[in-house]
Amino acid sequence: MSEEAITKTSYHIPVGPIHPALKEPVYFEFELSGEKIIDVNVKLGHVHRGVEWASRKRNPIQVLYLAERICGICSYCHPAAFTLAVENACDIEVPERADYLRVVQAELERICSHILWAGVAAHEIGFDTVLYFTWQIREKALDLTEFLTGNRVTKGIMTIGGIRRDITPDMLPRIKRDMQFFKDNFEKLRHIFLDDKTVKMRSQNAGILTKDDAIKLCAVGPTTRASGVKKDVRTGESYFAYGDLDVKCITPKDLTGTVNGDVYDRIIQRLLEVKQSIELIEQCIDEMPAGDIVSEPKIPKLMNQIKKIEGEGVGRHEAPRGEVIHYVKFDGKSENPYTWKVRAPTYNNILPWIPMLKGEQIADIPIVAASTDPCMSCTNRVAIVKDSKRYELTKEQLHKLSVEKTRRLMK
Amino acid sequence: MRFSMLPSVFVQMFKKPWTNKFPAKYAPSNTTQFLKDVGEGKAEIIPPIPPEKGFRGKIKYDKEKCIGCQLCIKYCPCEAIEFKPKDKKIKIYLSRCCFCSQCNDVCPTNCLTMGEEFLLADADPYSKDLIVE
Ligand code: SF4
Ligand code: SF4
Repeated sequence: MSEEAITKTSYHIPVGPIHPALKEPVYFEFELSGEKIIDVNVKLGHVHRGVEWASRKRNPIQVLYLAERICGICSYCHPAAFTLAVENACDIEVPERADYLRVVQAELERICSHILWAGVAAHEIGFDTVLYFTWQIREKALDLTEFLTGNRVTKGIMTIGGIRRDITPDMLPRIKRDMQFFKDNFEKLRHIFLDDKTVKMRSQNAGILTKDDAIKLCAVGPTTRASGVKKDVRTGESYFAYGDLDVKCITPKDLTGTVNGDVYDRIIQRLLEVKQSIELIEQCIDEMPAGDIVSEPKIPKLMNQIKKIEGEGVGRHEAPRGEVIHYVKFDGKSENPYTWKVRAPTYNNILPWIPMLKGEQIADIPIVAASTDPCMSCTNRVAIVKDSKRYELTKEQLHKLSVEKTRRLMK
Repeated sequence: MRFSMLPSVFVQMFKKPWTNKFPAKYAPSNTTQFLKDVGEGKAEIIPPIPPEKGFRGKIKYDKEKCIGCQLCIKYCPCEAIEFKPKDKKIKIYLSRCCFCSQCNDVCPTNCLTMGEEFLLADADPYSKDLIVE
């Protein structure tokens, strides 16, 4: 940054590429006047890991596990979108039961992710009792994931042409019990988030994203739906068993009657989606048809089939954070993908940060940035350059600022 | 509602904590010493919460049944499996394994299964505990 850029009325702070509210490196440049944010600039591309390139040396079965490692929280969505792309390219039919099982996994992941987010959001505004409460619920969700897939985080449940584990009748009572637990606790959580003064104070009218901006900037998932845009892959396209299920595109309007597009609306949106997910899982469990769970159990045979394919496919899936798109192309010579392209939802939800953050205060950065549930990895430091003197804000200090603002408002 | 979490907080005071204090109640000041003591029977480990049924832990290998087809090697995403050409058997390096159980799925003779053991941390990636053959 040049010396001339600093004027008496405004100053710049670079945030990132590593920063507490962001879980993956991204770089912001804020222009501030006192506490107020006048302008923001975002730069991406600090975590290029060469995942797409690495796929070219692996067969599609191996790529599933590579895709799983794109993101820890979305460790089902990426393999799911990749599988959809491969199935699209190779015209593989999936048994009906597998489609239902896939929905169960997808919705369970949404519950985990949104509840985790609710905890993090509460932590950002200094409401730590709620953090522990949500993580207590999430622990149950993770236990259920482990029960259904064999692992807590990297589920390894997806496979091309079906799913790897069935839900047997003896597993049903446990699933139903846990769903009841989620429902009971969901009511408590809803009460805390929607009626509590602390949460309202910090989130209402903060970080507003208008409907026009959401459409213009191609925001996806809960971020765009909270601004009133009805965009949801589950309703927009028929995949998995969503076509048969009772899934509706929800917006905060369903609860409050108005859409403001602020942080509060994004909280409502995610809570409503948790409820929707619980209902979807219950519906799947009840309506699941009997039958096979994979179309071709012999993997070498499946690979031979894929080897002959020359063509491309696109897979779209509604991940907890929005639409994830995978594109894959086969050249007909090898079973390894010729190209693989991944577009994760957070990529679209980064630019909406600019209209959200303009006009807000420094202490609002964590909660506003976290309100889109960015999927990025983090470390510890913010450097502030003020009147060419440089000082650093650590994660703890920034968090303290945020907590102090909550206290100030409570007085 | 200003103190909506207060009832929960009060209830928590009379409940046993959720946290399982694994492996010891307080972090030992010297982990190696602690483990040594455990080995000699001087200290005790608080056991971890047992995993769910169907958990994917340390691989078990039934050597007799293996026919050396190498399919597991072809589909392992982590290149964790090595072929031993002399006796036509395999060797699995668990330090590379991601416990996906893909090898279990492709094996035509079902000689690989996932065990329950998951406490596999070791300073040496080639230690005896981390190699299955
Ligand atoms: S479990 Fe997965 S990573 Fe481990 S050896 Fe088997 S295929 Fe390889
Ligand atoms: S797939 Fe099974 S039989 Fe074939 S080499 Fe591996 S362990 Fe042996």
